[in-house]
Amino acid sequence: MATVNSTTPERLIWQGGTQPMKVGYGKLMMWVFLLSDTFTFSALLISYGLVRFSYPSFQDLNPGVSLKNFEFSQQWWPTPEAVFEAVPFLHGISLPLVFVGIMTFILIFSSVTMVLAVEAGHRMDKADVEKWMLWTILGGFTFLGSQAWEWNHFIHGTPEGSMIDGVQFFGANLVHNQYGPTAFADFFFFITGFHGTHVLSGVVLNILIFYNAANGVYEKRGHYDMVEKVGLYWHFVDLVWVFVFTFFYLV
Amino acid sequence: MAAVTAHVADVHAHEEHEHHELSFVRKYIFSEDHKTIAKQYLISGIIWAVIGGLMSVVFRLQLGFPNLDMAWLKPILGQWVSISAEGVGKLDPNFYLALVTMHGTIMVFFVLTAGLSGTFSNFLIPLQIGARDMASGFINMLSYWFFFLSSMVMFVSIFVETGPAGGGWVVYPPLSALADANPGSGIGMTLWLVAMALFIVSSLLGGINYVTTVINLRTRGMSFDKLPLTIWAFTFTAILGILAFPVLFSAALLLIFDRSFGTSFFLSEIYVNGQALPNQGGSPILFQHLFWFLGHPEVYIIILPALGITSEVIATNSRKPIFGYKAMIFSMAGIMFLAFIVWAHHMFVTGMNPFLGSVFMLLTLIIAVPSAVKAFNYITTLWRGNIVFTPAMLFAIGLVSFFVSGGLTGIILGNSALDIQLHDTYFVVAHFHIVMGAAAIFGMLAGVYHWFPKMFGRMMNAKMGYAHFWLTFISSYLVFFPMHYIGIAGFPRRYYQWSGFATFDSYADLNAFITVAAIISVAAQAIFISNFVYSIFKGKKAPANPWNSNTLEWTTDNPGHGNWPGEIPTVYRWPYDYSKPNSAVDFIPQNIPYSSTPESNLPHENEMIADEKEIEKLEFDRSIPD
Repeated sequence: MATVNSTTPERLIWQGGTQPMKVGYGKLMMWVFLLSDTFTFSALLISYGLVRFSYPSFQDLNPGVSLKNFEFSQQWWPTPEAVFEAVPFLHGISLPLVFVGIMTFILIFSSVTMVLAVEAGHRMDKADVEKWMLWTILGGFTFLGSQAWEWNHFIHGTPEGSMIDGVQFFGANLVHNQYGPTAFADFFFFITGFHGTHVLSGVVLNILIFYNAANGVYEKRGHYDMVEKVGLYWHFVDLVWVFVFTFFYLV
Repeated sequence: MAAVTAHVADVHAHEEHEHHELSFVRKYIFSEDHKTIAKQYLISGIIWAVIGGLMSVVFRLQLGFPNLDMAWLKPILGQWVSISAEGVGKLDPNFYLALVTMHGTIMVFFVLTAGLSGTFSNFLIPLQIGARDMASGFINMLSYWFFFLSSMVMFVSIFVETGPAGGGWVVYPPLSALADANPGSGIGMTLWLVAMALFIVSSLLGGINYVTTVINLRTRGMSFDKLPLTIWAFTFTAILGILAFPVLFSAALLLIFDRSFGTSFFLSEIYVNGQALPNQGGSPILFQHLFWFLGHPEVYIIILPALGITSEVIATNSRKPIFGYKAMIFSMAGIMFLAFIVWAHHMFVTGMNPFLGSVFMLLTLIIAVPSAVKAFNYITTLWRGNIVFTPAMLFAIGLVSFFVSGGLTGIILGNSALDIQLHDTYFVVAHFHIVMGAAAIFGMLAGVYHWFPKMFGRMMNAKMGYAHFWLTFISSYLVFFPMHYIGIAGFPRRYYQWSGFATFDSYADLNAFITVAAIISVAAQAIFISNFVYSIFKGKKAPANPWNSNTLEWTTDNPGHGNWPGEIPTVYRWPYDYSKPNSAVDFIPQNIPYSSTPESNLPHENEMIADEKEIEKLEFDRSIPD
């Protein structure tokens, strides 16, 4: 696309007077911002890791006992398969990590549709940009809705609950947690919430982009670069989720 | 930006733009012009420095003269001075803690981060790389106004009933997390966190602008190996801020949750008034790790711009090329990199694994290498130069002095074994006040004296500058040199009063001496401020290039919107061609081509003439969308 027209000889590209990376300042800013945001999430995930490994696991305290017999306790960090096993409309069936798997798939799929929107922008195909942006927005909302359901389930807990300080407690909040140490719920709410906030702002940005594209703003401008910039952010949010998913649900 | 780059293409369009005047609000308040924003940062920084400096006078009075009657401060401090039955006024101990906290916060973030790099990155990056403005003037404006908002929140926090934050500028939990721990841990702490969150947003917006501007908007010929060292320093500073501040942001958010929503990220097993708190499983040490992952790079965010300014001022006023240009760049890059992997040397006594302590000790001591390279390069630049002692030059040399003497005590403190004795004593206070406090403020003052003519079109009074320098330089040493002895003697930081310890009695006179010197050093700033304000309005009109300097900002006289009235000059040479052999003049600005100076060219520079025509033809690629 645009870079093909550049007349600057390659050996002079860093000699000033032109964009050495053949990228406009807006996209550079987005990249730099994403680097910064990487450190925000890294700090949170490393904090999570530090607290998580300061607690024993179920098998540390019950050597030789199979994970099949796992039960919730304040003494050990919970096993994610035991916590996240519910799926909407399938009440009472244990399907470990199925729902979060679906959520992850939806988010990754919305990244794919975002790529298609960017590609359509390169072709200056307004109708396709609109179509793929709509799919991306839909994916974002579905992810957020799923997260809301998962939070709801996490907050209300299982019918059995757990004994905390001699009181039967169901579900989790920032102070009590039936599934294990409070820190587990604290970090779960904080990190998935912080990520969800990012997704939400991504959806808002996507809607703005869709609105502008539909109104022909980018067509008039002659390029769909804004779709690409917001696309970068959207892929980043997706990538962060992969890490959150890995650390909260798989490890 | 689209509007600004258009000027590059079409000078006529630019002139047309000149005709329609911006409204007062858009020109001076919500301005997108980098020069105005720089001045806004500078003046805000100076106001904060006055507030922070006066705070230090109040707590120094308490430390130097513990029996002093402070009743005369009652009209200003109100309830924080209590009058005893005999009519003797005493400073409230909690307010003492709030004062040191606010002094630290204000000086570190609002003066030496925003006031220093905010001012000079904004002012110098476009002017020295040859750009019309920052990449995004709008984001630049937002950056300042987020800073302003943050300033307002911090300022308001000084006046709340329970006082501003009082847990030290490092705001360690649990002290900062529990509202009952200290009066300042109440609403004052909440406001502190809000202000810092806004500050981080401001710093990020500024930083991404600086980096992208340096990458994309350098004028023709301004390759990275021709950038003035100031620009290198500002770029490294921006990178440090972009990568370190978000970690503090995370820590601050977690702390807000601990304070307000009952989480236990940093809290565990705490008793308050005999009552066990429910918090379990958090780690206060975790906060220290997160804080110092910002906190240590922050030290370099403060000192690197000052070092960059010093390079420029020293080379110009020694009338000599900077010694070791590339060594300077690599040293700064080394310092920037090492800044991220030494944070735990602030935490040697937190019960950390001693082996880990040795690793961090080793990494910390390695910083001495690039720092020493820089110090030696300054000294060798000065060596046998035709030194012109402008006030800026004096302050730059003062910086080198402080950087060396404060850096040496850093080597002592970096030893994990010695740190056991010295941790949290006045030795540490003396060390960092010299190396990042005094040194950085000297760099900032050098910058103000040096670039004032370009900022305001007028000269500052040199005689007042000399008086300001000598008083500040001498009194700063008189404050911080004796402080090392007090630290070695074991005086701990953040104590309201030591008169309860008989061992410390023999140092009472030294403490009183420090206080007197501190008052002189603060008072000396009145000379600067009156000089500054007077010169803005009544100073002598400045010529375009008063210091006979080489960098691009001196090629434009009284820069208006867009910086250069015509085309932006092309750059052909590095910025340090001072006293070049066989040259008739003792400085050759960056925009003079080698083809016009055949008498002074070195062999490899003659070869570069071939490229000059091609460089002049370089065109900003308009097909790339911004």
